[in-house]
Amino acid sequence: MIDINISKKLFGANGELNLRFNTKILSKEFVTIYGPSGAGKTSVIRMLAGLLAPDSGDIEVEGNVWFDKEKKLNIKPQHRNIGIVFQEYSLFPNMTVRGNLEFALEKNQSKNIVDELLQLTELEQLHNKKPNLLSGGQKQRVALARVLIRKPKLLLLDEPLSALDTEMQIKLQDYILKVHHEFNLTTILVSHDLNEVIKMSKRVLVLEDGQIKKDGSPLDVLPINSLRSLITR
Amino acid sequence: MLDFEPFFLTFKLAFATTLLLFIIGTPIAHWLTFSRSKFKVLIEAFVGLPLVLPPSVLGFYLLLAFSPQNSFGKFLETYFDVRLVFTFPGLVIASVIYSLPFMVQPIQSGFRMVPETLIETAYTLGKSKFTTLIKILLPNIKGALLTGCVLSFAHTVGEFGVVLMVGGNIPSETRMISVALYDEVEAMNYHNANVYSMILLTFSFLALVSVYLVNHRMRETRLL
Repeated sequence: MIDINISKKLFGANGELNLRFNTKILSKEFVTIYGPSGAGKTSVIRMLAGLLAPDSGDIEVEGNVWFDKEKKLNIKPQHRNIGIVFQEYSLFPNMTVRGNLEFALEKNQSKNIVDELLQLTELEQLHNKKPNLLSGGQKQRVALARVLIRKPKLLLLDEPLSALDTEMQIKLQDYILKVHHEFNLTTILVSHDLNEVIKMSKRVLVLEDGQIKKDGSPLDVLPINSLRSLITR
Repeated sequence: MLDFEPFFLTFKLAFATTLLLFIIGTPIAHWLTFSRSKFKVLIEAFVGLPLVLPPSVLGFYLLLAFSPQNSFGKFLETYFDVRLVFTFPGLVIASVIYSLPFMVQPIQSGFRMVPETLIETAYTLGKSKFTTLIKILLPNIKGALLTGCVLSFAHTVGEFGVVLMVGGNIPSETRMISVALYDEVEAMNYHNANVYSMILLTFSFLALVSVYLVNHRMRETRLL
């Protein structure tokens, strides 16, 4: 189980924002954080990853404390055993597809997993290519395969598909669901795409103005009018 | 008769200086780019001093520091039997200080060009700062590294004030090409002075051409 109780004051384009994020997430659960831009979604992901320090609170994952303000504990991103996929792919341009995956290997870890993941994400043909020769969808598959090398407990996806066309989005959503089950991951997806939210998760946290306004199944918590427009479209 | 020894000495000095500067300058540039220390501005200003200071000022203070009559120079001579005034090692140290910004600043701006998510991705993949520097940062700023090396080398070749102050004019030891050129002019050997100057001019021009050529190529293959 993941127990998150964090708050942080953020300064953005819309002025000051008091972000408070308190929730519990079960192991192997797939949760989506949905909300308008500027609501603090990315900051939540970054605080879970250890890339941004909360002002107060604590984060506990499977009995391990990752962050505790009072005890002045803040585990580095290197030691959190997470996988994070950003919207901008973030592939290392100096390495091939295979090189990107191999970079993630831990000391003495067998290289077999590299081939397994290349196969799983259908990248075997491209394994010797440099990232700048790949399409957006291919790049994001590399990024996804790369974070799975370390077999993370927690997979964080920060709008990973929003730069892709619809067809590619659907294909990659299937990949994400597949690896979520095969690798027994706990996954937190940030998305502002209703179609995606409904397809991917049974539980949605609606984040507005830095607060979790709703928490429940997509049909219960998402704005009803926008759902209707999706159905009739 | 034209003496080519100053060329040999100058290139030896420039090579030693560039090598040392690369080893020292990379961590300094890394620290200046990513540190949030309050003292960063002071260090940055110190590194940049040779850009604005007359070389003779720097040379003068180094001469005082290295002189066996003063505490630092005396300390070196008593405990290590090393004398830095009017010697080649002294010139290397002076050149390293004098060319520091020419190595540090290009590498620093190279580091700044690397997208932050690349660095964060490496961290979340469990990699240390050092591994990230060696495997991600440095390979992706090859153009900046080359610029730093070529500029440091060329700048060292072109030194005059510092070289004259700290090194003097000892043949086969500290007599660099710029000093030799000055001597030839003083002795009214304009032919020799012209040959020295032509070689320096051509060298400097080619060095800059190579820097710009590489940087244009690098810009065509963008980072992300």
